[in-house]
Amino acid sequence: MSTSSRCAACRHLRRRCPSDCIFAPYFPANDPHRFACVHKIYGSSKVGNMLQDLPVELRAEAADAICIEAECRVQDPVYGCVRMISLLQQQIHNAESQLVKARAEIAVLGSHAQELRHHVQDI
Amino acid sequence: MGGNSPCASCKLLRRRCTKDCIFAPYFPPDDPHKFAIVHKVFGASNVSKMLQELPVHQRADAVSSLVYEANARVRDPVYGCVGAISFLQNQVSQLQMQLAVAEAEILCIQMQQEPMMPTPQIDPDDKPFLLQNNLPHQYLNFTSSSNNVIHDSLKRETIFGHDMVS
Repeated sequence: MSTSSRCAACRHLRRRCPSDCIFAPYFPANDPHRFACVHKIYGSSKVGNMLQDLPVELRAEAADAICIEAECRVQDPVYGCVRMISLLQQQIHNAESQLVKARAEIAVLGSHAQELRHHVQDI
Repeated sequence: MGGNSPCASCKLLRRRCTKDCIFAPYFPPDDPHKFAIVHKVFGASNVSKMLQELPVHQRADAVSSLVYEANARVRDPVYGCVGAISFLQNQVSQLQMQLAVAEAEILCIQMQQEPMMPTPQIDPDDKPFLLQNNLPHQYLNFTSSSNNVIHDSLKRETIFGHDMVS
């Protein structure tokens, strides 16, 4: 493969890009930032091994997920994408509390409505 | 740590654990799995670089989040933490829909209770009570994501022992 058609990974690593390069399908040359993040956080050999260990049909999704996590970690070196998980867990907790309150209110309103209906019937 | 027992990192890496070992405060020798999993996913030198770039008071949280991510990646080699985020977003979406339904039900009950006299005549030109109380719009803004991996413990899992700085 000529130097002009190296993938982003091989360009970053300053090496020849073989025809069976594990990175080439997922790290195109027109997006150098994508591999740069992944390389900074995981290193090329870890990412290469992760992709090698997966069936081919799952590698694209895995590469995307790894890129998202690496990007999150570059932007937030302390919490990475775990910050989002914590925020979502908090949202779930809040929504569950509100749902419990709403259902309790329905139960109370329902029983009040029944009392009032009986009262109107008695009139 | 040095001295008596090397930290989990130096044990795994088979090297001398110096007193200024960057890993020692966060990877005690009694929990070898913690470093093993981080090393498997990120690599010891990458973890070391990440920790060195952080102020000391943030390193413990950084290690906790790296361990969490590494565990997620080992559990789900394709989606890792992103799968967990997708699952939780779906949970939030479902809960918000249930909440919207419950609130609509409350409004319906309140509407039914408004005219409590026996005559059931309703003026069709009257604006319903519902329009005076708009459904919370933020409940309708979530898009559901595909639920690729189920992690039953995700909702209750405590990652950090304190509130994260937002």
